Amino acid sequence: MTSATIPSSATTTRARAQQTPQPARRRRPMTPGRIVALVILAILAVMWLIPVVWAAITSFKTEGEAAAFPITLLPENGWVLDAYITTLSAGLVPRWAWNSLLTASAVTIITVVISALAGYALSRFDFAGSKALLAVVIASIMIPGQILIVPLFQQMLTFNMVDTYWGVILPQVIAAPMVFILKKFFDQIPRALEEAALVDGASRLRILMQIVLPLSRPILGAVSIFVFIGAWNNFLWPFIVINRSELMTLPVGLQTVISAYGIQYAANMAQAVLAALPLIVLFMFFQRQIIKSISTTGIAGT
Amino acid sequence: MSATPVRARGSATPAPSAMREGLRLRRRAENLRGWLYCSPFLFFFVLFLVWPTISGLIMSFTGRTLTGANTGWVGVENYAEAFADPEVWSSLGNTLWFTVLSSIPLVVIALALAVLVNVGLPGQWFWRLSFFLPYLLASTVISLFWTWLYNPQLGLLNTMIGWVGIEPIQWLNDENWAMHGVVIATVWWTIGFNFLLYLAALQAIPDQLYEAASLDGAGTWRKFTSITLPQLAPTTVLVVVLQILASLKIFDQIYQMTGGGPAGATRPILQYVYEAGFTGYRLGYASAISYIFFAIIIVISVVYTVAISRRSVKP
Repeated sequence: MTSATIPSSATTTRARAQQTPQPARRRRPMTPGRIVALVILAILAVMWLIPVVWAAITSFKTEGEAAAFPITLLPENGWVLDAYITTLSAGLVPRWAWNSLLTASAVTIITVVISALAGYALSRFDFAGSKALLAVVIASIMIPGQILIVPLFQQMLTFNMVDTYWGVILPQVIAAPMVFILKKFFDQIPRALEEAALVDGASRLRILMQIVLPLSRPILGAVSIFVFIGAWNNFLWPFIVINRSELMTLPVGLQTVISAYGIQYAANMAQAVLAALPLIVLFMFFQRQIIKSISTTGIAGT
Repeated sequence: MSATPVRARGSATPAPSAMREGLRLRRRAENLRGWLYCSPFLFFFVLFLVWPTISGLIMSFTGRTLTGANTGWVGVENYAEAFADPEVWSSLGNTLWFTVLSSIPLVVIALALAVLVNVGLPGQWFWRLSFFLPYLLASTVISLFWTWLYNPQLGLLNTMIGWVGIEPIQWLNDENWAMHGVVIATVWWTIGFNFLLYLAALQAIPDQLYEAASLDGAGTWRKFTSITLPQLAPTTVLVVVLQILASLKIFDQIYQMTGGGPAGATRPILQYVYEAGFTGYRLGYASAISYIFFAIIIVISVVYTVAISRRSVKP
């Protein structure tokens, strides 16, 4: 998560430079075509937001009202915080949130560090076997991690990692697409910058840390966020490797509550809101950088 | 270590043999450095991807169970059993059917949403957030939302279609509707990722192309089909490939929304792998099913790649 602190003078000026043509586009007059687009877009946005908004509203109802028939759109007995209080005071939800934060952060940090090192080597060092290595890494994208659950679980038994944080974290840190994306980004950074530093006697690692990585902040931010979202929301692997409730991540823990007690609408919706909030805040802060980095690095157009 | 190349380059009077020697040392240092930088990644790559891939394959030829008993070699017995197992075929069929049903809207609607947002209406951040927001939610959360929206009595969806006089639909309890219910929820949930890829690609198309087309008198639709779509072709190739791979791996939301029911109508192959291995304790058999599935994924990918490269060879 540390690498998600993106905005620096370098990135913002670059972002601004790329945006210059946009204000002109934005201020175009409202032609009939644009009004139609606006209406369609508004209808679709409402469709996409209804489930979320309704869940958020329901989390402020009493349990009785949330389960009442016919359904009410707004809380008629007033907006209450009962669901949040129950969720946060009793049960393991705060603990699960902590587990999720811890494991997702660890996955993100380890993934970004090892992928950046490998991506840098593949981009800059002309070493024997580098082409073959890159080919193997790209080919491995084809292996769906989910089919490996059985041998991975067996391996975790051998390593005594069942029911541990490491058991959740370590198998999630290999992200071949991220190595490839970072390599492609590093390829675009002019070598002249590094050559000057090399002549001055700077080590390769120092060049990576002080020149290449600072220039790569937008892509590091985007990679970090996608890895973090993936790890925070991952269900199948933590579900398999964790059995003790205190060690469960939020998605797995919530699933056990729901299957054990049935759906308690207001409480579950409060839990859902609490589970989603950190990611929504994260995305709102960084959405512009994410889109910028996707478009400038060619993730979208190989 | 990294000072070596600089010094080698700077040395004043290199005798030919010393130069060759220096070059060789430099090469060796470069090789070492390359593998050193890759080693942390490679360590995990081998440990948690290459090795399980191999050990899973080996396991699929054994009678291994979760309790560790009966680990003997059984040859292709597991595979023979899997091919004769109707559950394998039906769950595989469900997975492929889900992939077809979900991939098409997830590509087409994502493109439409991105094009609409890219028109440049005010409130860009709001549109982006609206369509990307569900992607940020965990499968548990979206399954909770949708089981509740689909609830025959309390569900918002049936309430809303009731307003226009449609009879309530048993979205998740009716064999004919359950898969569609899961697909709708999945499209809603995951479209944000493809939407973002398309949006980024659209923003990278140079404005000059459109300006030139306008001067030539091209209309909106003409510009879309002659500029936008061709410019987006590489993105579409990528989006389709990622989408098919993602859809084939369906498990989370189905497991949580329907549990694979009603009557196995939505059960995907990964759920069958999970059940065979972790509730049926037959790791060897579960591995064999995994590898059959893996082989099918490879075939689909190869067919797709060949089809794409064929098409791009044509002028």
